[in-house]
Amino acid sequence: MAITSAPRVRSDALPLRTFKAQGRPSAIYGVGAYAPDAVLSNFDLEKMFDTSDQWITERTGIRTRHIAEAGTRTLDLAREAGSRALAAAGIGAQDLDMIIVGTSTPDGPFPSIACRLQDEWDAPGAYSYDILAACTSFVYGLANADAAIATGRAENVLVIGAEVLSRNLDYTQRGTGTAVIFGDGAGAAVVRPAEGSAGFKAWCLGGDGRGYEQVTCGNIPQGAYAAKDPNPIINMKGPEVFKFAVDIFLRQAYEVCQTAGISLDEIDLFVPHQANFRIIDAAARRLGLPMEKVVHNIDEFGNTSSASIPLALDEAIRAGRVKSGDKVLLAGFGAGLTWGATLLEWA
Amino acid sequence: MSDKPDFTELQNLAAEILGVNADDVQMNKSFAKDLAADSLDLVELIAAVEDKYGVELSEERLDGMKDIGALWVFLEEEHAKRQEV
Repeated sequence: MAITSAPRVRSDALPLRTFKAQGRPSAIYGVGAYAPDAVLSNFDLEKMFDTSDQWITERTGIRTRHIAEAGTRTLDLAREAGSRALAAAGIGAQDLDMIIVGTSTPDGPFPSIACRLQDEWDAPGAYSYDILAACTSFVYGLANADAAIATGRAENVLVIGAEVLSRNLDYTQRGTGTAVIFGDGAGAAVVRPAEGSAGFKAWCLGGDGRGYEQVTCGNIPQGAYAAKDPNPIINMKGPEVFKFAVDIFLRQAYEVCQTAGISLDEIDLFVPHQANFRIIDAAARRLGLPMEKVVHNIDEFGNTSSASIPLALDEAIRAGRVKSGDKVLLAGFGAGLTWGATLLEWA
Repeated sequence: MSDKPDFTELQNLAAEILGVNADDVQMNKSFAKDLAADSLDLVELIAAVEDKYGVELSEERLDGMKDIGALWVFLEEEHAKRQEV
């Protein structure tokens, strides 16, 4: 049931904001990803609380998730993914002008993971900070990188999405709703001035904080820190999020392609945030994209929040599914609520 | 929704979303019990029905609909409302 014209917009829906890329174009020139070795399968979860492989698989498409060992820092995952992206781009950390780390699971309130990376790599100087837009963080980070390059403030930007979400899950009956969904991981991309016709063409970026209760971590509405909640647990209103996600995927994909001046059937590769296979499947069907054009690895990694898009993109690159000139759609959504999508021509 | 809704069309739409045979989609079939639709299936079905018929169907309204017949009545009512306008 693919849409053939502009998607239906509910009367209560926010209009989306889209932006055509301006100034000096930028593109992705290197991607890397990392996930901890330890894997937690649905069968492992069956032993921990009342659930079943069949239930989890049918509802989410997830079979395993990678889980960091106790004590692992988000910084550790970010460093591995970041190093791999730098290697893929053929540059060193000392070449960076800007480091942006998207994470909802920082190791502490501050300093930022971005600054900790400078210390780990002994590469000071770059303008460095973390951002928190939940599962949309990676797309927001790419947008900030593109803006910095467009305006001449940076040449080499490293954007990372890294999460140790398992710290905020409850692997007992109480936490089953989210414990089955989330996993740990990190992914990164180097963004540089684009050559030729490559580069980001358009962006759709937005948020609607009125929906903040749909996905939360810890005390609501005071907030985990203010409430001195020592063990904040991720909570999600599944069907509401599903509804929001299917709608926003379709609308932002359509809008960003319109702004970029291409039709949906010109998309070569769709790399969606890996939240739930059924959301990906529903979005792909409504966009009229065959699954050969859709990257999904949620079966192995679960939902890794800000890391999911670069983890999927990295897998697609390694499988030879992305070539120069391809029109690639990256789209995410997450807690906040937040959303972001971009259409880029692969370098 | 200018044309009168066609039941065969609704059968096909629901069959595709719910992954069942169109013949099994009958007025008295319950979404949950007979068609094994879970909450996510219903969200998708709402989106597809809204797209196809240009209507808005709230979750509260759908909560009150237990079978295909109730959804069909809703579509007929919406159609009638438009005719009046």
